[in-house]
Amino acid sequence: MTNTRFLRPWFLSGPALLLFTALLVAPLILTGLLSFHVFDQVKGITQSWTVDHYLAVMVDPYYHVIFWRTFWISALTALICIVIGVPEAYILSRMSNPWRSLFLLVLLAPLLVSVVVRSFGWSMLLGPQGIVHAVLQIFGAGSIRILYTESAIMIAMVHVMLPFMVIPVWTSLQKLDPQVQDAALSLNATPFTTMRRIIFPQIMPGILSGSLIVFGLSASSFVIPGLLGGRRLKMVATIVYDEYMHELNWPLGAAIALILLIANLLIMVTYNRVVEGRYKKALG
Amino acid sequence: MSFLSLVNVSKQYGATTAVADVSLYIEKGEFVTLLGPSGCGKTTTLQMIAGFAEVSSGRILLDGHDITHSKPNTRGLGIVFQSYALFPHMTVRDNVSFGLEMRRMPRAERLERIHATLDLVHLTALADRYPRELSGGQRQRVALARALVIEPPVLLLDEPLSNLDAKLREEMQFELRNIQRKVGTTTVMVTHDQAEALSISDRVVVMQAGRVTQVDAPYTLYDQPQTRFISTFVGKANLLTGQTITSGVNGRVQIGSMQLAVHDLRSDPGSEVLLSVRPEKITLLAPDQGLLNGVVTARFFLGAQWIYYFRTAIGELIVVSQNSDLQPLQEQDELGLSWSSNSLRLLTGAATLA
Repeated sequence: MTNTRFLRPWFLSGPALLLFTALLVAPLILTGLLSFHVFDQVKGITQSWTVDHYLAVMVDPYYHVIFWRTFWISALTALICIVIGVPEAYILSRMSNPWRSLFLLVLLAPLLVSVVVRSFGWSMLLGPQGIVHAVLQIFGAGSIRILYTESAIMIAMVHVMLPFMVIPVWTSLQKLDPQVQDAALSLNATPFTTMRRIIFPQIMPGILSGSLIVFGLSASSFVIPGLLGGRRLKMVATIVYDEYMHELNWPLGAAIALILLIANLLIMVTYNRVVEGRYKKALG
Repeated sequence: MSFLSLVNVSKQYGATTAVADVSLYIEKGEFVTLLGPSGCGKTTTLQMIAGFAEVSSGRILLDGHDITHSKPNTRGLGIVFQSYALFPHMTVRDNVSFGLEMRRMPRAERLERIHATLDLVHLTALADRYPRELSGGQRQRVALARALVIEPPVLLLDEPLSNLDAKLREEMQFELRNIQRKVGTTTVMVTHDQAEALSISDRVVVMQAGRVTQVDAPYTLYDQPQTRFISTFVGKANLLTGQTITSGVNGRVQIGSMQLAVHDLRSDPGSEVLLSVRPEKITLLAPDQGLLNGVVTARFFLGAQWIYYFRTAIGELIVVSQNSDLQPLQEQDELGLSWSSNSLRLLTGAATLA
């Protein structure tokens, strides 16, 4: 009797646990092991151990530039998503029903289209023969190169990531008592002050989780920098791909991938602590 | 000139009329309650005073100024919402402080006012708590403090007690009234609870289907209900239909097979009339000693009172009697029922407001 009671949680969580172990934990461990193998240009991966790959990434400015670029692009993408997504979610939550469903669908529709297709679309729009370039030239902007720059990556990134910001913010807006807004207005607050002092602090958890999702996905994104960053503008995920597929230096690729994972985790946990710490006491 | 006046105020939502031609004149310092069943337009009326609902036609005047179309954040009214609508991310003190900050009151004066108001609602000890750490009754007090601290010309209460349990509700009723007396703020409350309306208001406004049907002091409203609806919505009532035989001071009415005396009957002889008599106005006597006999069919014990249902020649009658030292009646007991001729009230509008 006691025995079955003790085992039941393990039986119930067993399938998911098995799946996780087989598909996430095991590959991660294998990747980890791989990153410590010595790589030889001639003999390939050998059975001796080393930490040289990690040291190389730590020391070489080439990787510093790429890591730094990855994180500032991701952070700026998250920020732009907040600036666009929060008002968007607010407007959405104030709409009444036929329109709200329609706009929610419009907002989510891009998620139904493959990232590859969307990135190709952007590369056509932003390219030298694209519409954006043509419009800019009408306004006398001269010949500005957008494709294969950080701007191109960020434009496409914001487009892809926006739903991941709007949805959590929208969810936390749904939980607000509409009378709370009226209460602020009745106390002579302007609509702007109501937004800033009453609504914004309450949807902070939504903004927090939205920005974590956007930052995490951006920092590890591969297709968008691959297609819109071109051959020269690398981000971490594309350099991992290069090491694996072009240089065939799998151990170095594995090391870079793990450094990205750990750096990403550190940044997200710190950010979460800082922001949540400020609002946790008030919002429970 | 009244302090707060609603002049022929109406509200239409598309084709439906939520509030129809309501006129109401409220004096300074008065506690007025809008009473009615859900959907009668009482909350909409309150929202129009607050500025959250647009007035379709008519005017609202506050202290001589037309506020019909002014924005809610310029009216300066104190509002206690049904859900309390406290700011969940702010402490009790910050909640109360918010309205004063919006008025750019200097810090020293602000703290003093907050302290005095929290003292008034007995919340000084909880000033640094967050709303979710408070009980329902305490939240209610915060909401009241937040509305009162700005010293509003008018305090609006939207079903303020409906989220509290029965015992707390009764306590808060009297406390609300005491606080209102102390600060003297003109107050408009909305409720569907007739007991609440009767116990704390100076005047009660009964609303039904978007219209005002009677405005009176609680006692008058209860004792002289003017319509069938009010007589049954406010307290319990026995309704009797009959035909006027003679009108005037010594009026007589034919009800079924019997004739009843009605004091001061204002209706034409031969016309159909609807009369009401309150259950507690009926006295119980020995059989054949009263106006008619009745047999107890059911009884309910409420603690202070008994409710008896009697089967009589003119239909079922409800009688409320005090739980005295006498033995309570048993089912199937036969007794005489009696009442004075001025306990019978003639109800009007029976046909239209059934």
